[in-house]
Amino acid sequence: MSEARDTAGTAREIDARAAFWVERRYFGEWTEDDQSALDAWLAQSVAHRVAFVRLDTGWRQTERLVALRPFKPEQTEPRARNWTLRAAAALAIAAMLGLAGMHYVSQPRDRIYATGVGGHEVIAFADGSKIELNTDTVLRARMTTKERTVWLDKGEAFFRVHHNAANPFVVIASGHRVTDLGTSFLVRRDRDRLEVALLEGRVRFAVAGAHAQSSLLKPGDDVVATAESVSLTHESRGELAGKLTWRRGLVVFKDTALADAVRELDRYNNEKLVVADPAIAHRKISGTIPVGDIDGFIRVVRDVLGLHVQNDGNEVVITR
Amino acid sequence: MVEGSESNRGRRAPGAAVTASEVDLWFGREILPLEAALMQFLQHNWRNKSDIADLRQEIYVRVYEAALQKIPERPKQFLFATARNLLIDRVRQEHVIPIEAAADLEALEIAADVPGPERILSARDDLRRLQAALDRLPMRAREAVILGRIEGLSRREIAARMGIGEGTVAQYLARGIRELVEMFYGEPPRRQP
Repeated sequence: MSEARDTAGTAREIDARAAFWVERRYFGEWTEDDQSALDAWLAQSVAHRVAFVRLDTGWRQTERLVALRPFKPEQTEPRARNWTLRAAAALAIAAMLGLAGMHYVSQPRDRIYATGVGGHEVIAFADGSKIELNTDTVLRARMTTKERTVWLDKGEAFFRVHHNAANPFVVIASGHRVTDLGTSFLVRRDRDRLEVALLEGRVRFAVAGAHAQSSLLKPGDDVVATAESVSLTHESRGELAGKLTWRRGLVVFKDTALADAVRELDRYNNEKLVVADPAIAHRKISGTIPVGDIDGFIRVVRDVLGLHVQNDGNEVVITR
Repeated sequence: MVEGSESNRGRRAPGAAVTASEVDLWFGREILPLEAALMQFLQHNWRNKSDIADLRQEIYVRVYEAALQKIPERPKQFLFATARNLLIDRVRQEHVIPIEAAADLEALEIAADVPGPERILSARDDLRRLQAALDRLPMRAREAVILGRIEGLSRREIAARMGIGEGTVAQYLARGIRELVEMFYGEPPRRQP
């Protein structure tokens, strides 16, 4: 049995050594020399490699779970109650990103934050910056003392950035780049459209691909970039506030076309609404409702617009 | 050895047909999530608990080496067949077969077909387990892990915040990594009602 005990000791030693490497890579200052030393160690035996892959992969998994924890609930009470959905979405994303994440040269400190449909989270960072995620959103953050970069991969987020001239805060979405110069701003990424609205302070907005083409935005500026064009409009405070009602869990419709209202509500709900008749798609609707209150919306559609609503189990169909 | 041989950047064992990084991915995706079931299997079929860390490592090495040649099509069956074969080898190799070491070999054959509950991907459960793993750490180590994991501080920042040396922080974090991963993969999940 002594032989078996020796190898058991070795398994633990290897595990401890692998943990040493994972710790160093995540929390230390990782250099080329470190990478070479790790490569050499991994090449020594399959046992080394397996132990490292296990701890490294597992540590990434716990990272994604941690990212889902409500951070500092002092901000707004977390509104989304559907943990399972949010978490499932994040796990799916984790699986999707797993491939890219496995390259050992990749930045180990990138963190992923995600909300599911109907989700709403506030992330408070150590530097004092806060990011508020709206429904169905995926965001990656690399926050170090040298770099503050956030990628909005999907969805919508409101940024309140603690300005630091020595370490600018950059948001990248659909290739466009927003650089903070002391601010709060909103970034919303839809399938074919990116919107940046500046509430306070200043940001620099640089169009994807065109390095020279950047402009300084003033409070109230609202940029909408699509594949074809980039447009800038100036909006009143009230109009901007209307874009942020989700932070209080509300959607506001003001003479909004029924089709647009439905599209907006669909962002927050799994139960999908369908406007079956093109003739009614342009009917206007006004009002403020909670983002998850499909029933309330249906009542308005039925009682105020006088339309028919039928729930067939998967979809809620609106007809004349 | 014909396909996919244009890049040798992922280290290849001599004669290996699959790159190491492909196997890393496969291993993380298919094998590690079975760890809880594997641990149950080992604990059930091997009396000497101090051998289990070693057995698990040996099984992983065998699976990984096999995958370098060809990725097994049925990972779960392959993992448990490997585990069973290893236990059988171990029993046979021992000069003195410890009577209580393994249940009889026939029982092992049967057990391999029923590898226990599969890992349930329930995030709620994972979160609970994560919390439990954190709670299991000594106070200072837990503090270091929380600062590093949840607040995203670097080792240097944690050391400054806690007023201790970076070397100590590194030890705390390394321990936290091992505990959390052990919990995440190794502990049998509680079944959802």
